[in-house]
Amino acid sequence: MSEELAVQTEGRQKTQVVDFSAYVKRFTPYAEGLKKWSSGIPLVLLFFAVWEALPRLGIIDPLFLPAFSTTIQTLFDLALSGKLLLHVLVSLQRAAAGFGLALLLAVPLGFLMGWYNKFERYTDLFVQSLRNVSTFALLPIFLLLLGLGESSKIAIIFYGASWQLLMNTISGVKSVDPIYIKAAKSMGVSDWELFKKVILPASIPSIVIGARLGAKIALMVVIAAEMIGAKSGLGFFIQNAQFNFMVPEMYAGILTLAILGLMVNYLLVWFEKKTTSWKGEIGSSILG
Amino acid sequence: MDIIVAEKVHKKFKLKHGQQVNNNGVISNEIEVLHGFDLKIKKGEFLVLVGPSGSGKSVFLDLVGGLSAPTSGVVYLDDKPVEAPSVKTGYVFQQYALFPWRSALSNIEFGLETRGVPKEERVKIGRELLALFGLSDFEDRFPYQLSGGMQQRVAIARALATKPEVLLMDEPFAALDAQTREILQNELIRIWEGTDTSVIFVTHSIDEAVFLADRVAVVTARPGRIKDIIEIDLPRPRNGDIRSSSEFAANRHKVWGALKAEVNKAQQDWKLAPVFSE
Repeated sequence: MSEELAVQTEGRQKTQVVDFSAYVKRFTPYAEGLKKWSSGIPLVLLFFAVWEALPRLGIIDPLFLPAFSTTIQTLFDLALSGKLLLHVLVSLQRAAAGFGLALLLAVPLGFLMGWYNKFERYTDLFVQSLRNVSTFALLPIFLLLLGLGESSKIAIIFYGASWQLLMNTISGVKSVDPIYIKAAKSMGVSDWELFKKVILPASIPSIVIGARLGAKIALMVVIAAEMIGAKSGLGFFIQNAQFNFMVPEMYAGILTLAILGLMVNYLLVWFEKKTTSWKGEIGSSILG
Repeated sequence: MDIIVAEKVHKKFKLKHGQQVNNNGVISNEIEVLHGFDLKIKKGEFLVLVGPSGSGKSVFLDLVGGLSAPTSGVVYLDDKPVEAPSVKTGYVFQQYALFPWRSALSNIEFGLETRGVPKEERVKIGRELLALFGLSDFEDRFPYQLSGGMQQRVAIARALATKPEVLLMDEPFAALDAQTREILQNELIRIWEGTDTSVIFVTHSIDEAVFLADRVAVVTARPGRIKDIIEIDLPRPRNGDIRSSSEFAANRHKVWGALKAEVNKAQQDWKLAPVFSE
């Protein structure tokens, strides 16, 4: 009993010792990624400097282009008052709903079209016809059919985000190396296991890229949709600021949009790296 | 006792639309790869198939593995016709064919998963095999982190994990450099000599064939059938030293004697080679 206890405490003590070098090592790649990422900062700063200078030097009327510092000041005020956050959250919610719906429907459809040639033969013409109609051209139809509420916005985001996901899933399935299928079959897999253990993981990289592009489109479409008929959301906020000649607010909204896009992009790059780590070092190495 | 019996096996492939071959003046959109292929493999035997490119050696492996069906004739495995991939066979490919999204250990577990072997046992078997191939420190590495030789070791371990009665090996060492190739041949023979698995091994290397085989079956130029079977009378257990013996050279000479005419014939037929996958 006492021996057992001794072993237990010993084990506990061992885990408590923090291996500092291993800890540092864990974060080294992140530090390197951050270093690479920071190389891009000067150009952004230069852009802000030009933005600051143009209205101050009177080259552009500050009424139409308020200085960068004014815009940032407005952005801070808006952020602190919590007004902006509400609009951001509403937009994100809509984009996420439309994108989630696209994931749920386009990915399974992509698997069916990629795997069953017959199914693809019957559906391809229809899908291609739809795909080549601009999402924005369809916006009035969605508004007419689904009204000005949430459903029309989510539907149009779903529509816009679906295609890249669908196409990338199809090409992901089609480009699975036949040798993996042969190897799996030689080990006697069932059809379901073949799908779950070979087709699905092999096509993940392609699907994740499709998801990245789809999410970007979702973010773009949500802004456009909110500009046409909404009473909340970042798109509404920018449009409203423009109509009411609240120029610094308008620029602050656009700046928020840029920051939001940047954050979503990094999140998706991170997700892509996480899910395809078995491929080794490929793709964007920035902000690993 | 024979574990594999191939009787009058014929295999034809349809060419792609618009492609044709001229078979002695007869224009056809089919190509015959195996023609009257008869072969018996004894239990526990190491049989090596050699033959010119396109003679259907790999196609024969696919038939034994149940991955494709003969146009006519039958392949028996343990007296039963092969109709689908069997739990009794394991397959090793030239391109390793490891699943890149799985670690070395997890790749080895694949075949055991489909057979419903519980996790602990899968891991135990996987680790034993990794140790056998000297890869114990690499169990959590992904294929891209392994050298070609290591990848092929894992692929062989994966095929052996299910304890197959027949191991099918399709030019498994062809993509490796000469040194790694010899090391892996030595390892394979060391590991195989401790089992009662039958092996059908396809190669283009006569040295490899003589070093590994109990018997070498020489396949004719397309359409393939067995031309000759040569018993390799080298003692076992074998090791690398045997390669420089005069007995080795004599056996090598015998195999090459049977193969030479077929290779020449195939050279003349060379323009057809790309249409089938050998």
